[in-house]
Amino acid sequence: MTRASFKPVPPALLNGGLAVVVALLAVASLLWGESTLDIPAALADWLGGKPSVGAIVLGQLRLPRTVLALMVGGTLGLCGAVLQGYLRNPLADPGLLGVSGGAALGAVCVFYTGLFQLAAPLLPLGGLVGALVAALVLVVLVGRGGPLVLLLAGAALSSFAAALTALVLNLVPSPYAIFEISHWLMGSLTDRTMTDAALALPGVGVGMALMFGTGRALDALTMGEDVATSLGFRLGGASGVQMRVVLGTSIAVGSCVAVSGAIGFVGLVVPHLLRPLAGHRPSRLLLPACLGGAALLLAADLGVRLLASQAELHLGVVTALVGAPVFFHRVILFRKRNML
Amino acid sequence: MLMADDISYAVGGTPLLSHVSAAFPASRVTGIIGPNGAGKSTLLRIAAGLLAPGAGQVSCMGEGLAGMTLARRARHLAYMPQDMPTLPPMPVREVASLGRLPYGESPAQALHHLAVTQALDKVGLTGLAHRLANQLSGGERARLMLARALAMQTPILLADEPVAALDPAHALAVMGVFAGLAASGRCVVVVLHDLLLATRFCDTLIMMKDGHILHQLAPAHLTDAMVRQTYGVTSRRVDGAFVPWDLCTTDPSDQTR
Repeated sequence: MTRASFKPVPPALLNGGLAVVVALLAVASLLWGESTLDIPAALADWLGGKPSVGAIVLGQLRLPRTVLALMVGGTLGLCGAVLQGYLRNPLADPGLLGVSGGAALGAVCVFYTGLFQLAAPLLPLGGLVGALVAALVLVVLVGRGGPLVLLLAGAALSSFAAALTALVLNLVPSPYAIFEISHWLMGSLTDRTMTDAALALPGVGVGMALMFGTGRALDALTMGEDVATSLGFRLGGASGVQMRVVLGTSIAVGSCVAVSGAIGFVGLVVPHLLRPLAGHRPSRLLLPACLGGAALLLAADLGVRLLASQAELHLGVVTALVGAPVFFHRVILFRKRNML
Repeated sequence: MLMADDISYAVGGTPLLSHVSAAFPASRVTGIIGPNGAGKSTLLRIAAGLLAPGAGQVSCMGEGLAGMTLARRARHLAYMPQDMPTLPPMPVREVASLGRLPYGESPAQALHHLAVTQALDKVGLTGLAHRLANQLSGGERARLMLARALAMQTPILLADEPVAALDPAHALAVMGVFAGLAASGRCVVVVLHDLLLATRFCDTLIMMKDGHILHQLAPAHLTDAMVRQTYGVTSRRVDGAFVPWDLCTTDPSDQTR
């Protein structure tokens, strides 16, 4: 008898360990900054509405950044795990559906029209509208089609959104606006407020609830669509697994991109890294991927602050710089394993 | 137990099944046989509720299959597809336990544990329960797929070419499992290409060709003429016995085989 050559970590231990890491990184994110804070006092001031320096730094700078890193990172990690499980494709990531592109286009349009100068929340709102329109187009495009149609529709939508974004950039009359747009597209959590977090929260909440509800169906889908259906899971239709996956990922990712800009590689790399530890069962990967995504984005954001120089380093750049080599490593490992 | 009544099904205007009616009783192994493209797998998928027929209906234990919820269906019908999926590196026992999904979570419950243990035992995979599924041979994977279906413990089992990837010994063992299930009151419907196994283990044979059922009969009533009509090949009995089959070329004058 040949036993399994790997040792998946028990779910409670894996999730508990990741939760501790996330909690430590979140505390570090609140503590880490140019000025030293007395956190309890600053928190008391902030909650009491007292406009002390500590309350302002905590409530308007560090807390939104930490909360958004948790929300955005968790969403991207969870979306990656759900999409990779549903499509049974390890290359699937949240950007695949074109909803991120729609959110980016919506925000870029707000820049182009100059609306962002009227009120700060108009920028994420524009992104949110773009994401919701893209999600609607995706749902209509996919219709009763299966995973392959979803992949094709996502690729088409993503390309179209990128083309329209390039068109807007092409037509922008002001170099300053192009500078602003380019920086926004790189993804960042700098200068975000609790209003941004509040704007993203409903979409993230609804999207996560939909995605966490797909776990058992994703397990069944490892045996193929016919077997999953015979096991009692409806794949198509308004209440089917596909609709929950499309809506869940679209709403959550769109809400996040609308406030943070495009942040790549988290949704692709985190599920890859954690899958062996979760035992390759899709349902067991969902919570670890969510926690892992949050931990990675918190760490990357801390890195951004650590590496702060005259030219601000964007979070999306850091996640790509860290994520790509990790992915190269996984590719080399995979190739070696298959050459044995 | 399972009835297909006047089923028709077409894809892009091409009829795959035309007015097919068949009964699949309990305590019987029903074999569906016929040449490639006869409509065997299509009939099985319609019987499993995976395809909606263009006309006609399927009833399961007196209840219309179309009116049953998927969750309810999953507790009545187990389906084993012809194509095997690419299995993830999950332990064999865990893959088999996916058959318990219709009964809710908590696979550690004693009932679930027993069902999976019995299923693995029936297909001879108990010794490989902790091996990773992606490290199994083709035949072992086929048996694991059957174990997953058996773990559902449904009164009806539909299997599409379950022995196609198996060596003779394991093919005989798996057909023996089907016979055992039928003996315990289950309804077993199996698509087969091996006429020897079909005539030996099935209680009823449904012979299909070009989307039609040509014959429904007990194996003892199968004649050479029926085989010729269905497959376009001649056959003869050996030593007076109906099996083993000696399938010849379509040219009766060719005596070299």
